[in-house]
Amino acid sequence: MSENIAVALRHVTKRFTTRTMGTITAVDDFNLEIREGECFSFLGPSGCGKTTTLRMIAGFEDLSEGEIELCGRLVSSSAKNLYIPPEERDLGMVFQAFAVWPHMNIFDNVAFPLKIRKVAKKEIAARVKDALKHCSLDGLEDVYPGELSGGQQQRIALARAIVTNPKVMLLDEPLSNLDPKLRETMRFEIKELQRQFGFTIIFVTHDQSEAMAISDRMMVCDMGKIVQIDTPEALYNHPNSRFVHNFLGESTFINVEVRDGQVFPKGDNTQPIGLPIPENAGPEMVVATRPNAIRLIKDGPGFRTRVEKRIFLTDKTEYLVSVGKQLVKIQTPHRVVFAPGEECAIEIAAPSWYPPEDAAAEAERARRNII
Amino acid sequence: MSFLRKRRGGADLAAMEGRHIGVDGLMTGLSFILLFIIVVIPIFMIVYNAFFYEGKFDLSLFTSVIFEKENLKAMGNTVIIALAVTVFGTIMGLFYAWLLGRSDIPAKGFMRALFTIPYMFPPFFGAMAWDLLFSGRAGYINRWLMSTFGLRQPPVNINSLGGIIFVECSYYFPFVFMQVVSALERMDPTLEESARIAGARQSQVIWKITLPLVKPAISAGALLILISSLAHFGVPSILGFSKNIYTLPTMIYALINKSGGSFEGIRQGTALSILLVAVVAIALVVQKYVLSSGSYDIIKGKSMRPTLIKLRGAKYPLLLLASLTLLVIVVVPLVMIFLVALVKAYGLPLTWANFSFSNYVKVFESPATMDSIKNSLFLSVTAGIVCMFLGVMIAYVINRIRPRGKGLLEILSILPYSIPGTVLAIGVILSWSGSLAGINLYNTIWIILVAYMARYLSFSMKSASASLQQVNASLEEASRACGATHTESLKDITLPLIKPAMVSGFFLIFLPAMRELTTSVLLYGPYSRTLGVQIFALRDAGMIPQASALASVAIVIIIVCNAIVTEITKDRKGA
Repeated sequence: MSENIAVALRHVTKRFTTRTMGTITAVDDFNLEIREGECFSFLGPSGCGKTTTLRMIAGFEDLSEGEIELCGRLVSSSAKNLYIPPEERDLGMVFQAFAVWPHMNIFDNVAFPLKIRKVAKKEIAARVKDALKHCSLDGLEDVYPGELSGGQQQRIALARAIVTNPKVMLLDEPLSNLDPKLRETMRFEIKELQRQFGFTIIFVTHDQSEAMAISDRMMVCDMGKIVQIDTPEALYNHPNSRFVHNFLGESTFINVEVRDGQVFPKGDNTQPIGLPIPENAGPEMVVATRPNAIRLIKDGPGFRTRVEKRIFLTDKTEYLVSVGKQLVKIQTPHRVVFAPGEECAIEIAAPSWYPPEDAAAEAERARRNII
Repeated sequence: MSFLRKRRGGADLAAMEGRHIGVDGLMTGLSFILLFIIVVIPIFMIVYNAFFYEGKFDLSLFTSVIFEKENLKAMGNTVIIALAVTVFGTIMGLFYAWLLGRSDIPAKGFMRALFTIPYMFPPFFGAMAWDLLFSGRAGYINRWLMSTFGLRQPPVNINSLGGIIFVECSYYFPFVFMQVVSALERMDPTLEESARIAGARQSQVIWKITLPLVKPAISAGALLILISSLAHFGVPSILGFSKNIYTLPTMIYALINKSGGSFEGIRQGTALSILLVAVVAIALVVQKYVLSSGSYDIIKGKSMRPTLIKLRGAKYPLLLLASLTLLVIVVVPLVMIFLVALVKAYGLPLTWANFSFSNYVKVFESPATMDSIKNSLFLSVTAGIVCMFLGVMIAYVINRIRPRGKGLLEILSILPYSIPGTVLAIGVILSWSGSLAGINLYNTIWIILVAYMARYLSFSMKSASASLQQVNASLEEASRACGATHTESLKDITLPLIKPAMVSGFFLIFLPAMRELTTSVLLYGPYSRTLGVQIFALRDAGMIPQASALASVAIVIIIVCNAIVTEITKDRKGA
């Protein structure tokens, strides 16, 4: 993997003015460098700015501030009022709703980018055939998209995107209109195409497991701000905020109070939770961990409590255990067996500490969701 | 299999009622009988009278009428006007639909509302207005131009094929405009965006992606224009009679009018009707052939605003063009009608000194005029209510009960929509002036009501049908499972759910019936003039300012009714 930069965003900001809600900063000062050949995901809940960012890279939106470079070429700049139109950016793009043209058969769909570029007929035929083969669509040249399944339609979109051999491929939630089994297959096929053609992928999704499975690195964003950029492993193991912790994988949160060098469940000071207190801890904190990182034991040195509920999942057992006034989710292998109502103890290993929920941030999230 | 069962849910329920004839059987039978009376009999009578004389097959009348020079000319005019209106109306509708749907032109909402205004008013109002401005030496603008520039001849002659085409165009282009605007709105913007990514320039996207994708909407709108124009009576009658320019519908009217309602005149009209129907049928077949080439599912994906095309330098010139178009096709005719309504005598200059309300006084003092308003209100409300219930019943039979012959039922209820109003009127005359079971409704208001019901039933039927398809049959099944009988389920579940469609079905009929001219002009008697007929007759008698005054009253009534409809439909969306 070379270290050349395929896509660079510098101070990219996008503000929308809506009639009802005033000005919304959809994308707030994004700085980002995506390396050549990298598979990079934009991950976040709806309204976080991921799709707007992708559309700015594609050239469908102008910038309120900042600039964008594609493979070393400045394509968008608010200061210079420079906007290279989408058709001159040499990108491949696949959309959520497939966007295959229903009035053209598969051959014409895939040949369209080449015809527009006035490529010779013979070469078009050869390259379309090649692209279709790579997307397992050979033999379907004369079929119209309306006769095909969602998965096949998305393959047409992929073939159409790779046929011009672009350096950068933008994928806008390309799998979310497909059923779960098919999603996995397509994910694998996209990675395989990337291996063969060597393009850079920007993958937009709100599905964390999908992003984790496909990405070399990913950016988690929330409410128009970048929260954290890192590899999937680092993001999962060292989330820098309660938001990232919650967004990636399953989380268990315990609201706690720190008093007299001890940690108590919030609103209940009968029994301390035996946890080392980090230096910068305030009087109220949130202790975050994963449901499978809490040990559930019959008796021992941990926090004494009882099991409230047991749920059998296919590959593990889930318990809800009361900690003060809160219910805490724990997942164990099937061999750990407790009955509801049974006394137990829990041990929390190496949790993350975050400040408590910010009311202002919650209000802002609600405001954005209305739009 | 489960798919089939779901779709036939209503029929299964009906079967569970038992073997005796229940509500379903009653409704099915009633639907067939009513459609037979309203639709089949008039059509049969036209065909019979055109080809049979005194019980014997006789082509002589048919051939003699058809090969008459005058009639051939009328047919030529009809086709020329309809084709020209279709071509120009489609181009105009398409251009403005694109401008409002895809460009960054300002004041879109406002312009969109204005562009649908011509749709509200009957085209013959426009014809009246333009006649006032440009008819020979008498037209206001012609006179002004002649005196200002010292011209010998009136510069514009609205009483010509060109004039008729112009006026019809300005009233029929909204058919294409509205179809295409809504198609552009529903269209997934990523279909166009992916073409940009593929390397196509904006202009290439329009030609290779956008236009082909809205082609079905264009065809549908163009078909509406074509059929409406072929069957259109108002504009050619107002602009053409003075210069002996006839189309098939106006020729039929002239023949019947000339013969004073004698059977000979009606028979000649009947033969011409067959010709008119044949022309419309050919248009339908051609259109079907064109339409079958593709209808696609373009509604997909998350709703996102389409990227608007920046017009840059062309923005304000195009805004000016659009505003001028609106001024000419919407504002000028309406203003003209109100101004002439105020003038004391036709031909006087439009100055304050010549204005008075005397025409309105005359209009409201004339019993005939007041009768015409009452008649139109009675006819529109009655036809609206009756068709609303009939439409729901037939739609229910077709969609839920699905008896044998439901296809026939569907065709019969939609067929009158494609039959020109003139032809329908003749069919109704032939059927209900004493020749069948001695029933003679001629010269009464009831014969107009029968014609309106045939003409407008398809409106409420389609509206109810679309709504029924949205109401899943399982809702009725759930009601049955809760212990309600079939009739109770219908009354308590299905009817309330499609009530909004019934209300809009009523207005879909009430509004056009209020301004109807084409059928009533052939059916009215001394005491059953409608609003449209009265305006037409006043104008025909040379009382142009009074005709304008009554037309302006009609305009106010139409605007008020439309405002009420908008208010009602707004509430519905909020609920």
